[in-house]
Amino acid sequence: MDWTIWLEWVLKGLILCLVLLTGFAYLTWYERRALARIQIRVGPNRAGPQGLLQPIADAVKLIFKEELTPAKVYKTIFILAPVLTVVPSLIIAAVIPLGSKFMFFGREITLYIADLNVGVLYLASIASIAVYGIVLAGWSSNNKYAMLGGIRSSAQMISYELSLGLCFVIAILLGNSMNLNEIVDAQKDMWFAVIQPAGALVFLIVTLAEVNRAPFDMPEAEQELTAGYHAEYSGMKFALFFMAEYQKMIVICMIAATLFFGGYREFWFLQGTIFSVDRFWFLGPVYLLLKVVVLLFFMIWIRATWPRIRYDRLMAFGWKVLLPLSLVLAFITATGILLAQELNNRLFFWGIPVLSIICALVAVVFIYRNLRRKSHGRV
Amino acid sequence: MTSDLIVFLVLSLVAIATALGMVFSRNSVYSALFLVLNFVTVAVFYLLLGAPFIAMSQITVYAGAIMVLFLFVIMLLGAESLAPAKALPWQKPLAFTLAVVLVVEAVYLIVSRAQQGMSITAPDASINNMNSLRELAMQLFSQYLLPFEVTSILLLVAMVGAIVLTRQEKGGK
Repeated sequence: MDWTIWLEWVLKGLILCLVLLTGFAYLTWYERRALARIQIRVGPNRAGPQGLLQPIADAVKLIFKEELTPAKVYKTIFILAPVLTVVPSLIIAAVIPLGSKFMFFGREITLYIADLNVGVLYLASIASIAVYGIVLAGWSSNNKYAMLGGIRSSAQMISYELSLGLCFVIAILLGNSMNLNEIVDAQKDMWFAVIQPAGALVFLIVTLAEVNRAPFDMPEAEQELTAGYHAEYSGMKFALFFMAEYQKMIVICMIAATLFFGGYREFWFLQGTIFSVDRFWFLGPVYLLLKVVVLLFFMIWIRATWPRIRYDRLMAFGWKVLLPLSLVLAFITATGILLAQELNNRLFFWGIPVLSIICALVAVVFIYRNLRRKSHGRV
Repeated sequence: MTSDLIVFLVLSLVAIATALGMVFSRNSVYSALFLVLNFVTVAVFYLLLGAPFIAMSQITVYAGAIMVLFLFVIMLLGAESLAPAKALPWQKPLAFTLAVVLVVEAVYLIVSRAQQGMSITAPDASINNMNSLRELAMQLFSQYLLPFEVTSILLLVAMVGAIVLTRQEKGGK
């Protein structure tokens, strides 16, 4: 094999890691500023213009903080757990296409690291591996609160993984491929979020639970569990958990954008104009970044406005509402595609969004009635 | 290719070491973790054989789902390091006999195949493309539909059984 290929891979990997690390730092700034704006505060604005140097100041602080290792922890695993949490959040980004390709000194450089033909499965398997860091952190801390926090959040992640997998299935069916590049290409004319809006919504809800964000931030239920699985961690080890959480947010938004919102491609109505990715390759990453920033804003917005869900309701929501709903959605999608193909009638294809929205509404009515009955029963 | 051979040798070492570690570890959490590593190494073997689909399913199903449940059970029961239970008297001779049978069988198969001139080769690398994944699904849902359905019903029965066992009786307690 040519050594330049190795060089290209290593460079691309390094650049991606750097982008994610910087993204993490500035996501904390973005979140704090956005939260402050929503709560009519100012937010960090002292370090640098608009507080832009705040993440650097935070990093310096965390590096120089004293690092405690409690006496009775299982030391090997205690040290390994933060690493096991960070690594999946970095390597999962390897298959996400950031853009098309460009020529560089006569070489064709593609804007993704790996063009895996089972890309979606890769995402699923890395997402399922990501649980380990949290479970092990909770267990090795030798602390009941940490243990309960770890078990809670991993039970939550496993439960919501089922719906996540079914949402992957929807995207695979619509894209007719497991390759993320082909899925993005299939969305040239129409985003999958338009064809399967309920699927995209379920995916966004499930990803919130997968990255343990509000309103599903069980490990951070301070009033019940102190700090959950990272209660015993301090200094840089804590920073690694923090980093993993925010990197997962970024990566999961990239995945959502890729699977349902057209990935690096332009809006469909901009096709063939000067704003098309086919014209200028560098627009690809720009469009992806735009979509990720918008999706991240939704995550922050939800955190600012919604209270945390009670744990039993969270599990009931995952198993009794989201799982049946996503099963039905996958079924509707598959049937619609098959009927449209066999009978050669686009009408069936447009039955998919209509039927799935109806199903989502049924689920909403179910939750509403259930909650009302419960609250009436208690009074 | 030599690079493949080197990768294979290193991986086999890791696989054997983790398997041994799993058996000999005194703490069952460490055992479970060694087993996870072993599964991941096996997944890389599948990748080397040009079967990314099986590799990914191996990681998702075994390392990602089953072993997490194992860890859960170990942690919830607090069974990390139980006192060594008394071994059953017939266990050791039986295990030894079975191991010998396995080794003899494996050696016989390898030798007999080598004599017939059939080399044990990797499956066709064309599994690599998406078409053969489709082929796999086609086979699974047409020719092997009955075993597939029977397996899924088996899993369903296990699921129902677990729910029935853990459900509290109505009106009781």
